[in-house]
Amino acid sequence: MSVYPYLVAGVLFVAGLYGVVTSRSYVHLGLCLTVTQSSTYVALVSVGYLRNGQAPITQGKTPGKPFVDPIVQAMTLTDVVVSVAVLALVLSLALLAHRTHGTADPDRMRQMKG
Amino acid sequence: MTLVHRRLSFFVPAAVLLTGVLAWGLAGMPSFGLPHSDYARYITAHAAGQRHVSNIVSSVVFDYRGWDTAGEELMMFAAVMGTALLLRDDRDDRDEERRRPTDATTSDAVRTVRAGAVALTLLVGLWTVAFGYLTPGGGFQGGVVAASAALLTWVGGSYRRLRAVTPTTMVDATEGLAAVGFLAVGLLGLVAAGSYLQNVLPLGTPGTLTSTGTIAVLNAATGLEIAAAFVLIFREFLEEHVETLPAREEP
Amino acid sequence: MQDVLLVVAFTVVVVLGVCVVLTRDPLRQTLVVGFFGLALVLLLAVLQAPDVAISEVVVSTVAFPVVLLTTIRRVASVRRSKEEES
Repeated sequence: MSVYPYLVAGVLFVAGLYGVVTSRSYVHLGLCLTVTQSSTYVALVSVGYLRNGQAPITQGKTPGKPFVDPIVQAMTLTDVVVSVAVLALVLSLALLAHRTHGTADPDRMRQMKG
Repeated sequence: MTLVHRRLSFFVPAAVLLTGVLAWGLAGMPSFGLPHSDYARYITAHAAGQRHVSNIVSSVVFDYRGWDTAGEELMMFAAVMGTALLLRDDRDDRDEERRRPTDATTSDAVRTVRAGAVALTLLVGLWTVAFGYLTPGGGFQGGVVAASAALLTWVGGSYRRLRAVTPTTMVDATEGLAAVGFLAVGLLGLVAAGSYLQNVLPLGTPGTLTSTGTIAVLNAATGLEIAAAFVLIFREFLEEHVETLPAREEP
Repeated sequence: MQDVLLVVAFTVVVVLGVCVVLTRDPLRQTLVVGFFGLALVLLLAVLQAPDVAISEVVVSTVAFPVVLLTTIRRVASVRRSKEEES
């Protein structure tokens, strides 16, 4: 239990990369990048967790329990929202590539060039 | 060897190496659930007193690590501008006859529910933004909820209404101005106290909406920017989608 | 009890994450990503991170499906029209 969260983050990271490498469609590639990004969220928030901790909100807190780390949560929450914009950019590139080359498959696109 | 197999033959040894490095890093990680950050301990002990804030994460996002958030805002702005440039430019180039979509909602029930849903979602979004530094929430979360209120006007069946409610120039201008507003509040801190993004407005009573100084202003600017950015993303992608629908027969 | 909850949450996240990668068809993958987002939200809630959980809920429920489904529809429809031409 003391290393299991980081193991989960590592597995997600490598799985996402494997998906990117063996991808047959740019949409699938974008989603595998999302999985890799989620591994960083899991790793960050797990670093900040305290056993028997409570959320870092002072209104309505239970006295006696420590607050979990708010700094990693701050980093993660901005990242979650911005990742949508990055995915939108990747998908619009996929759309344009499809329109120009007629396919959204990275391998076939390589063969068609030149 | 197909391309995929060639890539895999590079990937598998690299992945084994990566797994080795990850396992080595894992062995040195601090134990899950034990405290190990002095910075975190300091912030949780002193943030409520120093900034009169209830949601400590908000104070970290907009005050203690405000410069990181400014970077994230600019990242958001750049990504959205990239999307808009790519999709709009391509749409202009294609010069297709702009077909008018079939707005086929004739059901009164759908229209009524849509009216209620849009109003409720917008209210929840604004409430999440406004109380972001007192309860869980904030500019980032509430901005997306407010943008989804705009999306619901389309989901309720009327694309023309979505286009009317979110004119492109207004959305673009709002997004740019809100991002500039964030950076301008930072300049206020520079002018008044000598360091960028310093909290220089009066801190007020903790637990009310008029507390926390610049955190409230930056929260509102972020909410506006994220809402405008997401409305822009939704509009661009829905324009692409609408072009695939059958055109309405002209009378 | 807290430990069991944490282990279950982490395990569900990693299983669904691998399922997202292994699903090849983009349309089916969108559905699996929806479940993956939900599992991630539950994990973040158990890890006492309500702000991050709220972000992940709104992003994974509203923003991802819209962006993905319109792209998939567009990619498939252009491919279909090109097949009709050839």
